Amino acid sequence: MDFGRISRRHVLQGGAALTLGAAAGARPALAADTTIGFIYVGSRDDYGYNQAHAQGAAALKKIPGLKVVEEEKVPETDAVEKTIESMINLDGASLLFPTSFGYYNPHMIKMANKFPKLRFEHCGGLWSDKDPKNAGSYFGYIDEAQYISGIIAGYTSKTGKLGFVAAKPIPQVLRNINAFALGAKLANPKATTQVIFTGDWSMPVKEAEATNSLIDQGVDVLTCHVDGPKTMVENAARRGAMVCGYHVNQSPLAPKAYLTGAEWNWEALYPKFVKMIAAGETIPNFYRGGLKEEIVKTSPYGEAVSAEARKHADEVKAKFLSAEGYAIFKGGLVDNKGKTVIPAGTDRGQKDPELEKMDYLVEGVIGATS
Amino acid sequence: MADGSIGLWTVPLAVLGGAIRVSTPFLFVSLGECITERSGRINLGLEGTLVMGAMSAYGISYLTGSPWLGVLAAGITGALLGALHAGICSLPRVNDVAVGIALMLFGTGLAFYLGKPLIEPTAPRLPAIDFGWWSDISQVRAALRVNVLFLIGVALAPILYWAFRTTRWGLLIRTAGESSDAARAMGHSVLLIRLRATMVGGFLAGIGGSFLSLFYPGSWNEGLSSGQGITAVALVIFARWDPLLCLWASLAFGGAAALGPALQSVGVTSGYHLFNAAPYILTLAIMIITCSPKRTLTGAPAELSITR
Repeated sequence: MDFGRISRRHVLQGGAALTLGAAAGARPALAADTTIGFIYVGSRDDYGYNQAHAQGAAALKKIPGLKVVEEEKVPETDAVEKTIESMINLDGASLLFPTSFGYYNPHMIKMANKFPKLRFEHCGGLWSDKDPKNAGSYFGYIDEAQYISGIIAGYTSKTGKLGFVAAKPIPQVLRNINAFALGAKLANPKATTQVIFTGDWSMPVKEAEATNSLIDQGVDVLTCHVDGPKTMVENAARRGAMVCGYHVNQSPLAPKAYLTGAEWNWEALYPKFVKMIAAGETIPNFYRGGLKEEIVKTSPYGEAVSAEARKHADEVKAKFLSAEGYAIFKGGLVDNKGKTVIPAGTDRGQKDPELEKMDYLVEGVIGATS
Repeated sequence: MADGSIGLWTVPLAVLGGAIRVSTPFLFVSLGECITERSGRINLGLEGTLVMGAMSAYGISYLTGSPWLGVLAAGITGALLGALHAGICSLPRVNDVAVGIALMLFGTGLAFYLGKPLIEPTAPRLPAIDFGWWSDISQVRAALRVNVLFLIGVALAPILYWAFRTTRWGLLIRTAGESSDAARAMGHSVLLIRLRATMVGGFLAGIGGSFLSLFYPGSWNEGLSSGQGITAVALVIFARWDPLLCLWASLAFGGAAALGPALQSVGVTSGYHLFNAAPYILTLAIMIITCSPKRTLTGAPAELSITR
């Protein structure tokens, strides 16, 4: 039974469906026996992006009355449309989470137009006024968590050289690199962050080579923004460097080297979405948030993190959680070519759309966007 | 230097380290394919064999706690896939290139399916031999941490070169590859020779896969190979079916793969897409340099379906 059909049945059969639901008895008021579909671009236990979403899906499975169907390794092509249709027609899914960035346009948009009574929630923050109203796009300000990682990394690094293994120079990645570098400079004004772009989201050999090259340059704390941080974390730990994780908590892979990490908190957000639907509220089409909104979180500190670092990081975290919030990208920000990218006096808050267009690396980052 | 950095020296060192670290799968797959192609058959399925080898090595290493058993399992898996390829190809009117492509998809698909529960656990890895003990520089030591499989591969290249020239088996394989009629006239079954050559080729490719998952990058995930198997098959062609040239070509490819990240780490940041493409540019350059209308495909086994 899906949300769309509930309303249709109400019209067709009057209260019959309701009576039936009540007769079934013990079912919670929440969303009857709704089916929710999750679509991942990769494997759901990749210690990365997809695993983070799968953890969110797992949180939904625990809610009685909800059925979760999942499909992995669906490419960002027509294939995702077929998956969505089969989840709707065969499994009766009424709420869909196509989680990869490239699913949105045109694939999910097309499906949202085709099934106007069902709800589509996409991860990536691409929704605009022109898109269908039953589609939504949510995303988190994970740069807040990267900023905290940067502070910890800045305190922990002995050489003052930090490394960042990145996939592609797109705004979201650049924002993470910049937040990490700015956090590190908070701890150690002389800290530099060296970035290596591998060119794609999943290139294990390149990621391992990048990790080794950075460590050869004297880098002793690394983080990354690739789909599966496992390669970077394991290879850095083998070389004796410290790491900050990404997407999910990778501390089981390198318990001694793991300092902290920027994690998604989908297991908090997805049940929230379901509750909103059950309560008859509409989820904002454009849903955003950071640490305060519990969309992102930081991994628990590792044993190598000093008390000083913990204290400073916790202070900043408290500012993010406070009502007035905290701006990472403050006025007077200079990029690594010496150009002022944010004029003095205008802090760019997290919700500022200008930040979504980020195309620079801040002062202190070694690397180039092209 | 005081801060532990070695500046621009990173680049040659990374290329050297990369040549050692990254080249091993190329080396094993290309040597294996060299044997198969010398017998007159092309096995394009080695990409699938490589991935299956990586998966089975990781799985067996995880289950038994012994990475060497994992390497053996990878070899056996590879040999079985080789036998499957040879078996299908021994049927009349079967095209070995098409079978190879089918087996490539089959191997990767099967590996992803069976390897699903292996992404999360951490399996014991192969040990490394420290050849950099003489150096105080940690970067040099790291670059010279060499895996035994690499050494086996390096030793295997001259052994194969020698075996092709002087042993009876080498002669038989070459005969089957150059003229199946001659081999048949000598009273040998060409299909049997090719079956064995393809199985040995698969065995080596499987071991190449075990290096990927058990040593470097050193864990099982689905993007692990990213086309290295198919690159290695191409490498055999430009190494002119010569095991020694396969060795140099593999080393060059390994070094070229390390070039992109290394240049970025010393601050050469513009055009990194170009440097990341270095292995492929290298292939093209070598192809252009070595190909002339007069000498096209010298050394190619005459029975190979691509030259016939």
